[in-house]
Amino acid sequence: MAEKHKLLEVKGLTMDFGGLRAVDSVSLEVHEGEIAALIGPNGAGKTTFFNCVTGIYNPTKGDILLHPKGLPTRRLNGLKPNKVTEMGLARTFQNIRLFSDMTVLENVMIGRHCRTSAGIFRSIIRDKSVRREEQEIVESSYQLLKKVGLAEFANEFAKNLPYGAQRRLEIARAMATEPFLLLLDEPAAGMNPQETAELDQLICRISEEERIAILLIEHDMKLVMNISNPIYVMEYGKKIAEGSPQEIKDNPKVIEAYLGEETEEDA
Amino acid sequence: MDYFLELFLGGLTRGSIYALIALGYTMVYGIIQLINFAHGEIYMIGAFVALIVAGILTIYGFAGISVLVLAAIAAIIWACAYGYTLEKIAYRPLRGAPRLSPLISAIGMSIFLQNYVLLAQTSDFLPFPNLIPDFEFMEPVAHIIGSPELVILITTFVTMILLTLLIKKTKVGKAMRATQQDMSMARLVGINVDRIISLTFIIGSALAAIGGVLVASYIGQVNFYIGFLAGVKAFTAAVLGGIGSIPGAVLGGLVLGWTESFAAGYVSSDYEDVFAFGLLVLILILRPAGILGKARKQKV
Amino acid sequence: MLKDFKQSILISIWFVFLTFPLMAVRVNTTEQMVEWRWMTILWVAIGSFVLSYAWRYFLAKKQLKKKDDEEGGKHSKLQLLMEDMNFRYKAMGVLLVLALVFPLVFDTYQNTIMISALIYVVLGLGLNISVGLAGLLDLGYVAFFAVGAYSYALLNYHFDLGFWTILPVGGILGCLFGVVLGFPILRLRGDYLAIVTLGFGMIIKVVLENWSSFSFGPSGIANIDKPGLFGMDMNIDSSTIYIYYIMIALVVFTILITNRLKNSRIGRAWIALREDEIACVAMGIDMARTKLSAYALGAFWAGMVGVLFAAKTTFINPASFTFMESAIILSIVVLGGMGSILGVILGAFILILLPEYLRAFSEYRMLAFGAAMVLMMIFRPQGIISGIRTKYEYKELKEETDNG
Ligand SMILES: Nc1ncnc2c1ncn2[C@@H]1O[C@H](COP(=O)(O)OP(=O)(O)O)[C@@H](O)[C@H]1O
Ligand SMILES: [Mg+2]
Repeated sequence: MAEKHKLLEVKGLTMDFGGLRAVDSVSLEVHEGEIAALIGPNGAGKTTFFNCVTGIYNPTKGDILLHPKGLPTRRLNGLKPNKVTEMGLARTFQNIRLFSDMTVLENVMIGRHCRTSAGIFRSIIRDKSVRREEQEIVESSYQLLKKVGLAEFANEFAKNLPYGAQRRLEIARAMATEPFLLLLDEPAAGMNPQETAELDQLICRISEEERIAILLIEHDMKLVMNISNPIYVMEYGKKIAEGSPQEIKDNPKVIEAYLGEETEEDA
Repeated sequence: MDYFLELFLGGLTRGSIYALIALGYTMVYGIIQLINFAHGEIYMIGAFVALIVAGILTIYGFAGISVLVLAAIAAIIWACAYGYTLEKIAYRPLRGAPRLSPLISAIGMSIFLQNYVLLAQTSDFLPFPNLIPDFEFMEPVAHIIGSPELVILITTFVTMILLTLLIKKTKVGKAMRATQQDMSMARLVGINVDRIISLTFIIGSALAAIGGVLVASYIGQVNFYIGFLAGVKAFTAAVLGGIGSIPGAVLGGLVLGWTESFAAGYVSSDYEDVFAFGLLVLILILRPAGILGKARKQKV
Repeated sequence: MLKDFKQSILISIWFVFLTFPLMAVRVNTTEQMVEWRWMTILWVAIGSFVLSYAWRYFLAKKQLKKKDDEEGGKHSKLQLLMEDMNFRYKAMGVLLVLALVFPLVFDTYQNTIMISALIYVVLGLGLNISVGLAGLLDLGYVAFFAVGAYSYALLNYHFDLGFWTILPVGGILGCLFGVVLGFPILRLRGDYLAIVTLGFGMIIKVVLENWSSFSFGPSGIANIDKPGLFGMDMNIDSSTIYIYYIMIALVVFTILITNRLKNSRIGRAWIALREDEIACVAMGIDMARTKLSAYALGAFWAGMVGVLFAAKTTFINPASFTFMESAIILSIVVLGGMGSILGVILGAFILILLPEYLRAFSEYRMLAFGAAMVLMMIFRPQGIISGIRTKYEYKELKEETDNG
């Protein structure tokens, strides 16, 4: 098998909050076509890792390198979040952060912002090109809503959606920025088994049909083991294991730290 | 040199008053992340109540320091009552609302209270009785520092010691610190958070009332509008020192007091306020966490 | 029932205690007299008793409504009416006609009042961009108004430049001030921003008061030219009518532009910024630039209408640009409905015209503004009319409705 293109390369990432080292020299890679997973107990530093990669925090140490296909490598450290998103890396949030007083469709339309261009003056004049762009924003956002199964709610307020639907809306919004790598922070949290199964399919579809690589944080072991490879495991800020689902299942460190009896039941 | 010393002590006096009021801002902000815009009005109401009580007492024949003490006690009682009611009416129903909502509510309360006092009393400046006597032992240094300044310095100093003791040593103080750290956690371990918030408002109001009485008897007049500028200045002091930090509020108050005093003394007193706000803007741009505040990253 | 009654009695007693020194007593230290006002205390007792019932009622209603919203959300009749496009166009047409015939029917006094209401409409719409849409609480908005007014007054005084030349210049200067002031401070968190803008408002006023060689100090600038019309001489009446029509045009212009902006890519970014800054930047929106554009654009309108204000009054001094003005404009936006153009217009008319026509009430005007701001935040944070969400048309939808 030919070597797959490496999209994201994180080397020795460290993040300190005052005296607390939330992420401790973690290295990780995501390749084209992969659904990688980052797991670990609560407080392990997974979300902090995401925040560093997406520019919300500026990491204390380490390198975050992005290798877009056909473009030169970029170091993401210290870049503003919007620049990171512009480069093709989008994310969702563990604590849902939708624009709650905007409609579902508008939420996705915001994602189109960085791929469109109408400024103040053109918006005031509203010439033909602006109108066309607006229509394009609406149509493509609507298509994304259809993809995640929210088309019927397009004109509802985001805050009125049920929990599971809000999580899917976050995914649609992130996809609207046209990423080649999508970071999902606990996308299944708070979902019932059926919703989780649907999400499972949705993530696979995004990976296959849209050709978007995915890095996800998840607690639901079944989901992770089903769809992702490789898996990285964090505990107390450190990476303690990485490998295929089988390797992770068999890794004594992981079993001790995190999985415990759960895997035995699953197996 | 005397001039410098005079400005220095003037700044210290002024700054210690700012610090007293700033403490109320900082404590409230520390717990519910709200700029209690109406805090300056509590200070003003404290001064007004003191004026009214002192007026009644002098008319009925009391005199001297006893009037000052009684007036101050009344001022504290009513300021606390206003602070408590303010929180209950204007802020408590807005817990969990978008961040700007309580702030706008606070601005509304500030305007309301100003105009309430204006309508209930008067828009004129009322003369405040001179209640602080001239101490004889101050005679030799009177050209640098007067008796009122001395009283202000001593009172604020003692008040701050008491406050520190309250926060560091008592059970209530511990609960306050816990609530400031993490409100939901504090609730989980059985702290009555609502009560702590009320208490914070009450303590802040008491401090503001003390400041109000001191300033009113020092300046010698009171008006419904005095709370506004004092409030904004004190808030500046709180931000300067690092909002949420109690020693920060004191330090910020002093720095602001000196800045104004020296700027007025050596540059021009017309632009005193410009210096104060210039300082605020500068601090916020260069070091938004303030002198003693820790830069806290918002959890995402 | 009994519980409510008991509670209300307690509240009433509490408020009697609370307001006692300030409401019941008035001391006159010079004449050594104490005036006791027992009647006012009686009113406080009765008033707080009644209001406590109202308070409970509305709080309960709000709780109910919250549940309602979560279960799908209903809209008030007014809101539904406003969302009906057809109705809106008709209503706007009628309003415009009424506005146009107004000066022909009423006298100069009424026209003057109307002009100041219209000035506040534009100020409200301008502030609505930064506060209502982008969520940047600006407490020093009046500073930009002052910039506009003083640019016209000074340029007119020194260089004899006319109204029409300065009208855009005032707007652009306001905008520039917005950019220069906004650039360093817009990184600040919302509440810090509010205080800093408040500080700016005060600094500008202090500077105008004290820098006499530049601004003529507290005495201000008089004899500013009124707007000219092909060099015609106009008496007071006709020039008031002329200014009235200019103002109407300015309002229409403002509405058109803000409405377009609101429903554009930029406007959506502003609203998203108001809702959640972190999600906003994570979705690729440049926060600094978006904030700055909202702030500067808001300042633009203040600057422009400032020019008109100076031309209308022909005299300005720093006293017209106090924090209270900023507070009034803010309460217009809050009361009307943050983000809602129609709401802001309504808010301006209510807040400016009501005290104007109810003279007896005008003493209580600021008291009522303050109370309204608090009550609105608690009971109706969206204002009289909340921002109306545009319904976007997508192909699919059209096909569905065609088939169905
Ligand atoms: N902004 C912050 N300031 C201080 N500590 C933080 C911050 N964000 C996260 N932490 C701490 O970092 C650790 C890791 O948190 P997090 O990354 O959220 O864990 P996970 O997502 O794996 O559950 C926790 O102990 C958390 O309290
Ligand atoms: Mg997490």
